[in-house]
Amino acid sequence: MPAEIGTRVVTTRFGNQDARTLAGYERTGGYALLRKALAMRPEDITNEVKASNLRGRGGAGFATGVKWGFVPKDAKAVHLVCNADESEPGTCKDRELIFWDPHLLIEGMIIAAHALRAVHNYIYIRGEMMREYAVLQKAVTEAYARGYLGKNVLGTGLEIHLTVHRGAGAYICGEETALLNSLEGLRGQPRLKPPFPAVKGLFGNPTIVNNVETLMNVPAIIDKGGAWFNALGMGRSGGTRIVCVSGHVNKPGVFELPMGITFRQIIDDVCGGVWKGRRAKAVIPGGVSMPPLDESELDVPCEFDALQTDERIKPVMVRPGQPFDLGGGRQLRTMAGSGGIVVLDDATDLPRATWRIMKFFAHESCGQCTPCREGTGWLEKVTRRIADGRGKDGDVDLLASIAHGIAGNTICALGDAAAWPMLGFLTKFRADFEAKIAAARKGKAA
Amino acid sequence: MSLEFSADAQKKIAAACERYPTKQPVVMFALHLAQKEHGHLSDDALRLVARTLDLPYAHVYGVATFYTMYRREPGGRQTIRMCTNISCMLRDGYAVLEAFERKLGLQRGESNAEFTLVEEECIAACANAPCAVVGTEYLLDIKPEQVGEIVERLKANPHPESEVV
Repeated sequence: MPAEIGTRVVTTRFGNQDARTLAGYERTGGYALLRKALAMRPEDITNEVKASNLRGRGGAGFATGVKWGFVPKDAKAVHLVCNADESEPGTCKDRELIFWDPHLLIEGMIIAAHALRAVHNYIYIRGEMMREYAVLQKAVTEAYARGYLGKNVLGTGLEIHLTVHRGAGAYICGEETALLNSLEGLRGQPRLKPPFPAVKGLFGNPTIVNNVETLMNVPAIIDKGGAWFNALGMGRSGGTRIVCVSGHVNKPGVFELPMGITFRQIIDDVCGGVWKGRRAKAVIPGGVSMPPLDESELDVPCEFDALQTDERIKPVMVRPGQPFDLGGGRQLRTMAGSGGIVVLDDATDLPRATWRIMKFFAHESCGQCTPCREGTGWLEKVTRRIADGRGKDGDVDLLASIAHGIAGNTICALGDAAAWPMLGFLTKFRADFEAKIAAARKGKAA
Repeated sequence: MSLEFSADAQKKIAAACERYPTKQPVVMFALHLAQKEHGHLSDDALRLVARTLDLPYAHVYGVATFYTMYRREPGGRQTIRMCTNISCMLRDGYAVLEAFERKLGLQRGESNAEFTLVEEECIAACANAPCAVVGTEYLLDIKPEQVGEIVERLKANPHPESEVV
């Protein structure tokens, strides 16, 4: 049965202080199914996750079970790494999930590690999340003491270890290969793919990197079955979706919602509408890396495939008449990304908001690839001068040309993550940029 | 000047080395510890980490200069990381940052003995924007007029990042 507003799979313990301890977690049913899961054959767990249509909640929406299936069968050592480096602007769910239910993450990781036959496993947590780092360390220590982790988990003979690894400030470490380099004690610069981590990842071994929310869905899938989980969702996306709504709404927050809910329902029914009686002008659907929606596009569901293919969403253009080509003529609309929904009302200075996004990418580019290192810097400079009323004729085309020069020409997706929203804002709100440039021209003439 | 780790830190580093196949992955943890014990990552502190983990100095230098939370210069006892990214900006985060600047008499990026003020990128508390993080303490839904009281509270009840390591 499809989820409804109020259906909870991963946020059942939100607000329950007691359940944050191991004893409280157990009292609310936690770790009860671990013995059953550890008695299952690893392949059967992976098949159940495949059947669930669980898709990665970090941003890419890749099918989790399929990813697990990429690990070579004859691998000697495999690692599971949880990506808890949440830092995509507008996204604040994993931090809440870790704070409220650290043991659900650990239980999900134990089950996943068994499915992958992974012995040494890691949680890479963002350096700035100091409170959550302490929460996880305590929870992991508790789990070891209780025998859920260690050389002989619950007497089953299985060896499963978990180590919390703290970052030190770098958005790029949310990119999985940069994360692996950082875990290895290197600068957090992404690796070329292939080889993909599932084949050659941490310490040269096959490695699966999964997001916090993704792993926290695993216990429920094993408990109630992949078919149940799939039915909660929509299309090829199983389960519920956690969204983080911020910006100009009356009631911002982190909400577990049905996959099929539309952006307009989220804003009006869940978040009490746009603040100050205004209307939405732009809505960022899943973290600032994703092209924005305009007001006419808000009736699309926040589901992964819908955001990529629904024809009510206008394609992103390089310039009027030239759609951006994702490869093979595929058009870019937008993506569900990380679930970070940012609402910008109709009084927002969009060139300035775009500048702040570009400033972020310029700051966070790791410097490895020239198009990204130099290009994000130029996107920041040119958007800043437009926002400051110093824009020049031709700046809109200049921005589009820089963004187009970055996209697809870098080792990792950070370059695309800057270029796509830049082109998206220009496609849908070109007039806002041009008006600001025209005002600058007038000011100069006067 | 040659620096040392405390006995407690040495023990923690030895325990951390057990969690990985080589010592190299412990470099981030050791840098956090060196910063905690020596205030900032001077050349001598980097040499200490390099010596402790049998890594080249240049490797440790490369790691220490990549991540923004490692500081190469002395700073305040507490670090206020004030987000101004999109969700915070849309709810007047810059006005809050400016209020911190006035109250502390510091520009963003500057320090006195008690505080370092950092203009931070998104700290994953967007639903409570504008927000800041000070060690294990989150400051949520901050209004510019609350900044004076917040600073006084932090002075009385400090949250240094070094406590977290």
